[in-house]
Amino acid sequence: MAAFLLSFSYVFLSLILLKMPMSKLKPFSSDFDPLRHESPSVDKVGVEERVARIQTRSIKNESKIQGLKMVLNMIDLTTLEGKDTPGKVKQMCYKAMHLHDAHPGLPTTAAVCVYPSMVSVAKEAVKGSDVKIASVSTAFPSGQAPMSVKLDDTRFAVDCGADEIDMVISRGKFLSGEYQFVFDEIAAIKEACGKARLKVILETGELVTLDNVRKASDIAIHAGADFIKTSTGKVQPAATMQVTYTMLMAIKDHFDRTGVMIGMKPAGGISTAKAALHYLVMVKETLGDAWLSNEWFRFGASSLANDVLMQIIKMETGVYQSSDYFSID
Amino acid sequence: MSRLEVLKTYKIYIGGQFPRTESGRYYQIQDGKGKVIGNICLSSKKDVRNAVSAARKAFGGWAERSAFNRSQILYRIAEMLEGRRDQFINELMIQGASKVNAEKEIDLAIDRTVYYAGWCDKYQQLLSSVNPVSSAHFNFSVVEPTGVVSIIADENSSLIGMVSLILPAIAGGNTCVVLASETLPLCSITFAEVLNTSDLPAGVVNIVTGKKAELIEPMGNHMDVNATVYSGSNADEIKKIKELAVQNVKRVKTYNKKWISDESQDLYLIADLQEVKTTWHPIENIGGATSSY
Repeated sequence: MAAFLLSFSYVFLSLILLKMPMSKLKPFSSDFDPLRHESPSVDKVGVEERVARIQTRSIKNESKIQGLKMVLNMIDLTTLEGKDTPGKVKQMCYKAMHLHDAHPGLPTTAAVCVYPSMVSVAKEAVKGSDVKIASVSTAFPSGQAPMSVKLDDTRFAVDCGADEIDMVISRGKFLSGEYQFVFDEIAAIKEACGKARLKVILETGELVTLDNVRKASDIAIHAGADFIKTSTGKVQPAATMQVTYTMLMAIKDHFDRTGVMIGMKPAGGISTAKAALHYLVMVKETLGDAWLSNEWFRFGASSLANDVLMQIIKMETGVYQSSDYFSID
Repeated sequence: MSRLEVLKTYKIYIGGQFPRTESGRYYQIQDGKGKVIGNICLSSKKDVRNAVSAARKAFGGWAERSAFNRSQILYRIAEMLEGRRDQFINELMIQGASKVNAEKEIDLAIDRTVYYAGWCDKYQQLLSSVNPVSSAHFNFSVVEPTGVVSIIADENSSLIGMVSLILPAIAGGNTCVVLASETLPLCSITFAEVLNTSDLPAGVVNIVTGKKAELIEPMGNHMDVNATVYSGSNADEIKKIKELAVQNVKRVKTYNKKWISDESQDLYLIADLQEVKTTWHPIENIGGATSSY
């Protein structure tokens, strides 16, 4: 009964909210109380079975080529290493714009993802193209820094020209139940982002259970995330289909209630074209066609691009390819 | 009470695992009297692709291993073969060999393994050289493994034909994908079991079974394969392999040897899958008036 009332009030509230201008809708819905909000519990076995079934879909060749090109266009080509140099970043930006010049007609990647110190270099390098610059921030990857540092980190990246900010949540606080802290932090970073779109990294590898993943997704969505993202790529396991499915369901529930679309970005560990296609199938079957563009779905990856390129060339020539003939990334 | 015999499922060998073919297909082989003696995986081109990926992944580590360690591992293969001698004799006889010939074949396979184990840390010295040049340089040529090798094993032998091609390839630091004899495939999978218990890193040798007519193409035109080795005398097959090799200029080696002969083993089978790298290194004149040595 309580659940019914709750969902009823959601519908009611969303009706009111929908009448308000978009700017008021965001950054967060004022009715959300991170401490009292009860996220639905996640049926782990059910998720695993659903995911397993999604992985058995057969995709015909023409759709596959189209899907692979879509994957390329959804990639956030990423380098987040201590050893990154301006040269490395420039090289990666070039790759983002020229995935495989030997084969005309390929899209660019959606964005390149770098540390804040590399944003201005990257911004300059992609000038004149559609490739966006995403910057990690908030003391990536651990997020263990005072709020002031996190805000400065974010503002610095935005000032340097970042179009998108990938922030990490405070997992320690989340796991010790300080949901309000996590919520407020995301809301504050969202404000610091200005026009830049905010991706909130949950670092699901540290959240232990799917129930926690769902809870963190709900908090991030309500606090103003434009995207929710699985992982930093620095913690194993990174993106898995189970975790992504759980997050997609959070997005779906939010959309059903409010009509507001939230983006999804699995990151880390997706390195094969086959896996990427499974993710596309999952997005299509949970959220629908509206999410099948880089406006709403991204892959955080570095080595995925080459595998997808090799598959595309293989599909067109019938010959299995070798990484020897593709650029090093 | 009579008991039901437990029959072995002959599966393929990829990346240190024994999967069934991803295609789910199989074919049957028969002995001389028409009795079915095994259901064999009818591998597909995707199995070949998986095998090539495994071989590529294993290549760096295998090529960089010390020569002596490769030698130890090959010797270990011989030890494991010796332990399974009776099983191989039995299998060879099921496939139509006489007892004498079966014993001869397995004994030669074991001895040949020891032979190539011995070569592992010696072929570099014999195949490499310091070259005389008329300038103040050391100029030396060293051999390096070619890379991933696809091997189409001899059709007329179950064990020795295949082993005689795998050994020189891996002794020289290559990794390989092997297509076993289509009509005599039993020993190939038992040999894979030997490899799997011999400290040989996963992926160095991968063995698939199936139809030549179907698998020569993916084994011959895969861009990540650096050389193709063929044993046999079928002119059409050789022509096809040479054509498929063109795209990435694979090395193609074809042999038409009697592998059961003691003579069918030598240094040049190792050399066939080596690339020569020549390096110039500046020095001062040795022994000259201005020498600092």
